Amino acid sequence: MLSQIPTYILSGMAITIAVTLVALPMGFVLGLTFALLRVYGGKFLSAIMAAYSTIMRGVPPLVLLFVLYFIISGVINLTPFWAGSLALGVVSSGYQLEIIRGALCSVGSTQMTAARAIGMSRAKAVRYIILPQALRLIIPSWSNEASVVLKDSSLVSALGVAEITRKSQLIGASTYKFLLAFLTAALIYFILVFLTNRLLDYVERKTRIPGFSHHSTL
Amino acid sequence: MDKYILEIQNISKRYGGNVILKDISLNVREGDTVVIIGPSGTGKSTLLRCINLLTRIDTGKILLDGKDITTKNVSEDEVRQHVGMVFQNFLLFNHLTALDNVMIGLTKVRKMPANQAKEKAMQELRRVGLADRASHYPGQLSGGQQQRVAIARALAMDPRVMLFDEPTSALDPELIGEVLEVMRKLAEEGMTMLCVTHEMGFAREVADRIIFMEHGVIVEEGPPAELFYRPKFERTREFLWKITELYGKHKDEEKPGDTST
Repeated sequence: MLSQIPTYILSGMAITIAVTLVALPMGFVLGLTFALLRVYGGKFLSAIMAAYSTIMRGVPPLVLLFVLYFIISGVINLTPFWAGSLALGVVSSGYQLEIIRGALCSVGSTQMTAARAIGMSRAKAVRYIILPQALRLIIPSWSNEASVVLKDSSLVSALGVAEITRKSQLIGASTYKFLLAFLTAALIYFILVFLTNRLLDYVERKTRIPGFSHHSTL
Repeated sequence: MDKYILEIQNISKRYGGNVILKDISLNVREGDTVVIIGPSGTGKSTLLRCINLLTRIDTGKILLDGKDITTKNVSEDEVRQHVGMVFQNFLLFNHLTALDNVMIGLTKVRKMPANQAKEKAMQELRRVGLADRASHYPGQLSGGQQQRVAIARALAMDPRVMLFDEPTSALDPELIGEVLEVMRKLAEEGMTMLCVTHEMGFAREVADRIIFMEHGVIVEEGPPAELFYRPKFERTREFLWKITELYGKHKDEEKPGDTST
C-alpha cells in the first residue's frame, strides 16, 4: 500500500519534464527574440520589450498562469497541459529576456565596433560575434532559470494537469499520507533540479573560451 | 604617384555643442604613411572613425579612390571592407582563435570558401609573424601578439588604406616594438597608412608626413624632418617637446624645434 505512493507520483514525472521541455525552450526563443529587439531594435521596440518584461516579472506566476490560461483557452481549444505549458513559457520569457539582455550588453559595444569595422552588417555581427559570446555568458543564470521553470511546472497542477504535484495531492487525499506524498514529490523535484544544474555546469565548462574567463582565479 | 587614394575635404563633426573636427582637409597619396599627432581629445581618433564611417561627418566629404563615400547611397559595409582599422584595445573577437579572427571577415563578409579563406588568413598571420599562434585564443596571447593578429585581421580584407588608432598605447613598453616592426614593414611594402600615435621614433623614421592636430584643426603638417626640427608654430614645438621629454628621448642635437643651438 505504502509502496504505491512513490510509484504513483513518479508516473507524473514524465508530465513534469514535458511541461518543462515545452516552457523552457519556448521561454528561450521568445526571450532571445525579445532581448535582441530590446537591445538592437530601436527606441520604439525597445520600449515595448521593456514594458513586456516589467509586466511579466511583476505578477505572480500562478496569477499570470491563470490569466494566460483563460486568454489562451478563450482563443483556441487547447488541453490544460498545452495551455499551462505555453503560459509558463510566456512567464519565463520575461526573465530570460533580462538574462539575455544582460549578456548582450556585457559582451559590449566594442566587439560590435570591431565587427562593423571589417565590413560586417549589424545582423552578421550579432550572429557571428555577439551571440556566440553572449550565449556562453548566460549559462549560469540560465541554469538558475531552468530550475525555476522546472519547479514552477508544479503550478500547472492548478489547471488539473496530472504532474508530480497534482499526483501527490491525489494520492495524499486517497491514502491520507500527505506528508509522505509531498516528501516524495520534494525528493523528485530536488533530484531533477540537481541533475539539470549539473548538466548545465558541464555545458558551461565545455563551451568555455580558452584563456578568456570571467571567473576569478584568486 | 600623384593619385590621391584618400581625399578629405572640409569635414566637420560636432557632438552636441562640442566641435570635434573643424573644417579638416587632408589628401593622402597611394603608399603614403601619414602620422597624426596631437594632445588627447583633439579629434584624432574621430578623424579616423569618420574615414571608415564608424562616425558620420556633419559637413564636407571624403573620397576614397575618387569616389565619395560620405553620400547617403553608399553602403557603409562595402566601404569598411576597403578601409582597415586597428584599435587601441585590439578588439579581437574573444571567442575565436587567431586564425578564425582573421578568417571570419573573408568567409562571412567576402563569402570566400573556407579552405581558400584559411590559406589567405594563414598568409596574413605569417605576415605579422604569428603563424605558430594560429590556434591560440586572444586570451592566450600577449597584448603585442593580439595587436598583430588585429592587424592581420584588417589586412586580410585587402584594404586600400589602413587606419591605426593609437595601436601601441595599451601595450607594455617591451611589447610596443614588435607591433611597430609590423607597421614599419607594412609601410615599406607600400601600404597606405594613417596612424594616430605618440611613438615619435616611429613617426620620424616611417612617416612621409606628420600632421599635428589640436582643438579639431590641423595646426601644422609636413615631412618629419621639417615638423620635428623646424616647426612653424609655437604650439607644435611645445607639444613635441613635452612628448619627447615624456618618452625620454632628449639628446641635445634632437631637441625638437630648438633652433638656438
